[in-house]
Amino acid sequence: MTALTVSGLCKSFGGLHVTTDVNLNVEPGERRLIIGPNGAGKTTLFNLITGELTPDSGMIKLFDRDITHVPSRRRAHLGMARTYQIITLFARDTIIHNVTLALLGLSPSRWNPLIDLKRQGHFVEHARAALERVGLGHIANRPLAQTSYGERRRVEIAMALTQNPKVLLLDEPFAGLSIDERRDVKELLLAIPRDVTIVMIEHNMDVALEFAERITLLHFGEVIVEGNRAEVVANPRTREVYLGH
Amino acid sequence: MNGRFIALGIALVALATLPYWMTGVYYINVASQILFYAIFALGLNVLVGYAGLVSLGHAGLFGVTAYAVAYILQLGLGHSLAILGALVISIASMAVYAVLSLRATGIGFIMITLALGEILWGLAYRWISLTGGDNGLNVQTRPEPFGFSLSDVNTFYYATLIVFLLSVGAVTVFVRSPLGAALMGTRDQPRRMNALGYHVWAIRFYACLFSGLLTSVSAIMFVYYTQFISPQTLALTSSAEVLLMVISGGAGTLLGPIVGAGLVVIVKTVVSGFIERWNFLLGAVFVAIVILMPEGLVPGTVRLWRLAWRKRARGAKAVPGSAEAKP
Repeated sequence: MTALTVSGLCKSFGGLHVTTDVNLNVEPGERRLIIGPNGAGKTTLFNLITGELTPDSGMIKLFDRDITHVPSRRRAHLGMARTYQIITLFARDTIIHNVTLALLGLSPSRWNPLIDLKRQGHFVEHARAALERVGLGHIANRPLAQTSYGERRRVEIAMALTQNPKVLLLDEPFAGLSIDERRDVKELLLAIPRDVTIVMIEHNMDVALEFAERITLLHFGEVIVEGNRAEVVANPRTREVYLGH
Repeated sequence: MNGRFIALGIALVALATLPYWMTGVYYINVASQILFYAIFALGLNVLVGYAGLVSLGHAGLFGVTAYAVAYILQLGLGHSLAILGALVISIASMAVYAVLSLRATGIGFIMITLALGEILWGLAYRWISLTGGDNGLNVQTRPEPFGFSLSDVNTFYYATLIVFLLSVGAVTVFVRSPLGAALMGTRDQPRRMNALGYHVWAIRFYACLFSGLLTSVSAIMFVYYTQFISPQTLALTSSAEVLLMVISGGAGTLLGPIVGAGLVVIVKTVVSGFIERWNFLLGAVFVAIVILMPEGLVPGTVRLWRLAWRKRARGAKAVPGSAEAKP
């Protein structure tokens, strides 16, 4: 059984082929890194996997279940969570409310118009626990507008983790972080248990290479190289398109 | 927090005793108008403030309810059936209205709701066999719930007050509920909400129904108040007026639409008795609000109040050290 299977996936925006016949097989518990230069179609691939975009052709399977035509919101209920490269949070609310919304998204009580959300103790507890896990417990009640960029990145991760995903898609979790923050986030990601499969897009090679077991290199929407760390780094095509001369 | 409770208590007592300290039937009627327009504004605010969807066709829905009440009464079916029937018809209309307009958000949503509102206005104007066209429909009597005749000015006021308080309560509960939080989430980050597992469209649809319910409740009070309904009520200017109540008072707040309704109704009815060009005055007031507090009267006042408070607190703190600060 594979955690995530992508086969023959294609997507074009007009004449631009953003994803061309992409195949991926991610094993349960694997740490997969997707790299590629700007415009290689990495985020598009994520958007196709999470269902925010509909592929032109091809198939996506989550634990052998065909989810190609399952709406994006249902995929969250099936155990898929993601973070965004461009921070996508609820800026008017507190940190803990952001995480609470993530928890509520998978709970049937999200349809309830009659109870007081702030009095739902289990949500508050869970959200607080998730924030403790990413080291933000002490500022849980701070409005998001008053947090730093690095803290927001961690809120993104806390929101994804709190949904207990089976497959976690991280879109450049280190983007824009300082060296210290990068180390914190790396430790945070390394602490995620192995029952969570992680697929990560990252530009920051030194941190990412350390984290990943298998690496897929995308270029102009195509998979150019795939293999373990050593293979991909040693491959001449990797040097050609990505690592530079 | 305590101050807020005291203010709320004073407001409640003032509203409950209004017929005793307000002299003149005219002003009690103005108060009734403010209350049912406030329900209308609260209903529109569910969409404008909490869902981030600006509807310019709500007067059309308001009119559907009013016509439904008047028409069912003309059939001789009695007040209870008229009210129930009107509610059912309005919610059904709102569902259709929502399905059509929720195909878009932003400007697209505004344009579709504007078009739907105009269609309803056109129907009221032209479907003469049903609506009486330009002549409108009369409502002969007001209901007498539990033996209290609403023909009495004070009784009507109290009935409106009760309905108003129930509506405020309903909106308060909704805003604090998980569904309310989800709705505000879809306003701020619809894409994220979808990825988190929320059905964004359905959440917006339910918000539309709730907004429609409040709109029709206020329309029932309206049609019994005026005892008359004509196409004028469905016109675009009516939709715009309610939208102005919401925006001037403060969209996305509980108190804002109520204050906005008070402002608009008072300028329209009371001030217009003294100044012929009351439209001009209302316009000037709105321009002033937009310039001084673009977020609306209620949040704007809170902001200015806090600013003044902080300045005072800082001033008090600065006094001991001010001697060395001065050159």
